[in-house]
Amino acid sequence: MMIQPRNPVSSIVLRVFLVGLAIICVMPFYMMIINATRSNVEISRGVWLTPGDQLLRNYEIIQSKVNIWRGFYSSSIIAIPSVVLSAFFSALTAYGFAKFRFRGREALFWVVLATMMIPQQLGLIGYYDLVLRLGLLDRYIPLIIPMIANPGMVFFVRAYIQSSIPDSLIEAAIIDGSGEFRTFITIIFPLAMPAVATMSIFTFIHKWNDLITPLVLLNSADKFPMPVVISTIRGLYETNFGAIYLGITISVIPILIVVVTFSRALIRGLTIGAIKG
Amino acid sequence: MKRGNKGYLFILPYFLAFLVFQLYPIIYTVILSFQRPITLIDMEFAGLENYRRLLTTPIFFRAIGNTWYIWMVNFVPQIVISVFLAVVLSEGRFRGREVLRTLYFLPNLVTAASIGVLFAVLMDWRFGTLNQVLLQLGVLAEPINWLQMPRVAQGTVSLIQWWQWFGYTTIIFMAGLSAISEDLYEAAYIDGAGRFQVFHLITLPLLRPTMLYVLVTSLIGGLQIFDIPRVLTNGRGAPDNALTTMVLYLYNQAFHFFNVGYAATVALFLFFMILVFSVILYVLLNRDPESARMARAARRRMRT
Repeated sequence: MMIQPRNPVSSIVLRVFLVGLAIICVMPFYMMIINATRSNVEISRGVWLTPGDQLLRNYEIIQSKVNIWRGFYSSSIIAIPSVVLSAFFSALTAYGFAKFRFRGREALFWVVLATMMIPQQLGLIGYYDLVLRLGLLDRYIPLIIPMIANPGMVFFVRAYIQSSIPDSLIEAAIIDGSGEFRTFITIIFPLAMPAVATMSIFTFIHKWNDLITPLVLLNSADKFPMPVVISTIRGLYETNFGAIYLGITISVIPILIVVVTFSRALIRGLTIGAIKG
Repeated sequence: MKRGNKGYLFILPYFLAFLVFQLYPIIYTVILSFQRPITLIDMEFAGLENYRRLLTTPIFFRAIGNTWYIWMVNFVPQIVISVFLAVVLSEGRFRGREVLRTLYFLPNLVTAASIGVLFAVLMDWRFGTLNQVLLQLGVLAEPINWLQMPRVAQGTVSLIQWWQWFGYTTIIFMAGLSAISEDLYEAAYIDGAGRFQVFHLITLPLLRPTMLYVLVTSLIGGLQIFDIPRVLTNGRGAPDNALTTMVLYLYNQAFHFFNVGYAATVALFLFFMILVFSVILYVLLNRDPESARMARAARRRMRT
């Protein structure tokens, strides 16, 4: 892009502003980690910018009341099968919309698009009632199965299949005697993998972060996933701030690692949805 | 069987799941909104009772006001800074651009519940880092209990929302900018337009579709805010109901007081509010004001 030259003073001011914003983004996480290694007394006396030596002590305080890894386990038990279901069925649906011509295709795809706009909470009360009647309250199943219908992922994977898998490839497979479903499993699914993988990271994170659904559908403390555990942590440890910070740190670090590792793919995934949507 | 019709088999599981887990619960929510509980399990038809109650409950209007206030205070600065950052980061390639973008995006995907607890402890009046910093700098003589002040508590939620979302919005605007033809800028600069003229007459009008996307998605998300107000106040919406947002109110009515029918009415109201405002935004931003016409004229001239 052609730009006019900027004067050096405003250029420096701009850099300071940009870096300042970046520091604001990171600072709360940094303070969180530092305070997780400090004792309560230290935290109440001042501000620390370097790590202390109370990490293990704080960890013992946490484990004395709640097994925090239990929350981790519950979150994984919910999020991993959700991602698998969502990936498989979204690709299946996306392929159906992308490469088959049937009556009502446009209208049905509009239904998928419309569900993207519907607030999640709208059906929550009705869903609670359904789960209650089916006797599935306090089970993980009702948190997982609905992920078969994940409109955002269908939308994204459909666009990918349309633009990057040629019809000739499918025709060739069928001429070779491959059945439709086998063609999907052996050819389409692997080829759609880049799009499926990107959206799976998003699905995983959103499922991992979800607070309200498990809050409504689960009631035994030992089944609570991480966000529910963390939301009770302040009441549990009262003024043990070192322990509270460590609890938050344990819940946040995996997500931070995932975001930093996959940031390029995630950012690309975001922007495709925005431009086409 | 015609090959095309096999497509139905591929989309069938999705639609079965959609009907059972999404559409049915929504329809049932509508039905519930016309019912009142007689026992814990049984309900009876109540006509418009829940709707009447909704419109005569001051706390419900308070919740609507809080939700909008928290969203606006976060959104206005967010969109200004994001457009600015997107323009700056898109211009030329300076070192560290990718790193900055990743850092701005970092808070976005982190568990909101954890972020809420983190800010609650950072702002705690005795042990919080914020008060410690202010005390040591001599700004404060004694600690302040920030989260007990209604406006500060609301502002904190807005701040957290801003902090979590401005990086995301910047990325979306950068994508929108990359879709604008560079020839347009070149033509404008050759014609002697200044930086601000170009921004006002080309960038802004052509960012309209992106602006619409950002506004609508932010509105849908923002009006449903729940996690952060809930963890900041341990579910009570305190102080003085300042953090009682619409969904927190809905949740408490449905799952604490078991006013299921009434809560269903709140859910429907929320849905229609989102729908109406999305449509209004769509209509407003799709209109054809002066600047958009000029940008198109400029584009036409480019072609000839």
